[in-house]
Amino acid sequence: MITERALTIPGRYDRVSDACQFVSEGAQLAGFDTDEIFRIELACDEACTNVIQHAYRGENRGDIRVSWQIKEREFVIVIRDKGQGFDPDSVPQPDIPEGPEDLEELKIGGLGLHFMRTLMDQVHFSSDQVEGNKLVMIKYRSESTVP
Amino acid sequence: MDVNVESFKRVELMTVSGRVDGSTAPDLEAVFNGLFESGNHQIVVDLQGVDFMASAGLRALVSALRECKGNGGDVRLCNPSDRMDEVLKLAGLDSVFEVFDDCTAAVGSF
Repeated sequence: MITERALTIPGRYDRVSDACQFVSEGAQLAGFDTDEIFRIELACDEACTNVIQHAYRGENRGDIRVSWQIKEREFVIVIRDKGQGFDPDSVPQPDIPEGPEDLEELKIGGLGLHFMRTLMDQVHFSSDQVEGNKLVMIKYRSESTVP
Repeated sequence: MDVNVESFKRVELMTVSGRVDGSTAPDLEAVFNGLFESGNHQIVVDLQGVDFMASAGLRALVSALRECKGNGGDVRLCNPSDRMDEVLKLAGLDSVFEVFDDCTAAVGSF
């Protein structure tokens, strides 16, 4: 069985779905069900969109390298870019509304990061002047997903 | 992503299908803006055919809701799939939008 693969896409919104499709194929091989694959795909979409928006600050300014690896107990996604360093702590927590009265104050920025952290089991950012930005997202494989 | 709009007496029914992400959300915003420019602020969005919605799509919905509420109208959602429902809940937007299981009921609610 293939246990790791990598794909490089140009930093454009219309290519993000290719990266998500690529990751969902890995998640399928790792044994996740369709609901979990959807969540992994959504986290991948938010991660790549964040790279274009925040690291490259626009489209067509660099590539995004996406790789996945199936480990015994984990499915690991690594997303790399050469854009501006990203400090996840600088992103304010999104306002998760509790009722219609919260609409006025609702700020929806930071929602992508909230999705990534909620949908995946681990999310780590690192930044290096030579290697660029690296995001590692991990989803645990349960007993039922490990063949 | 595909968007179709059907006009009723008091409501515009917008049927969205496919993938709503950073690439297609601007097209969704453009359809909303077209409705606003023609004075329509009572909108129902049928989500049955949406199989993927990222935060960019949610931003478009929230922005439309603000615009409609600011003009005495509303954006009401209907027919969300289980996945769409999960995304709305994850963002807390199930408490901001009125969500109907049935589009006829959503259209009739205005």
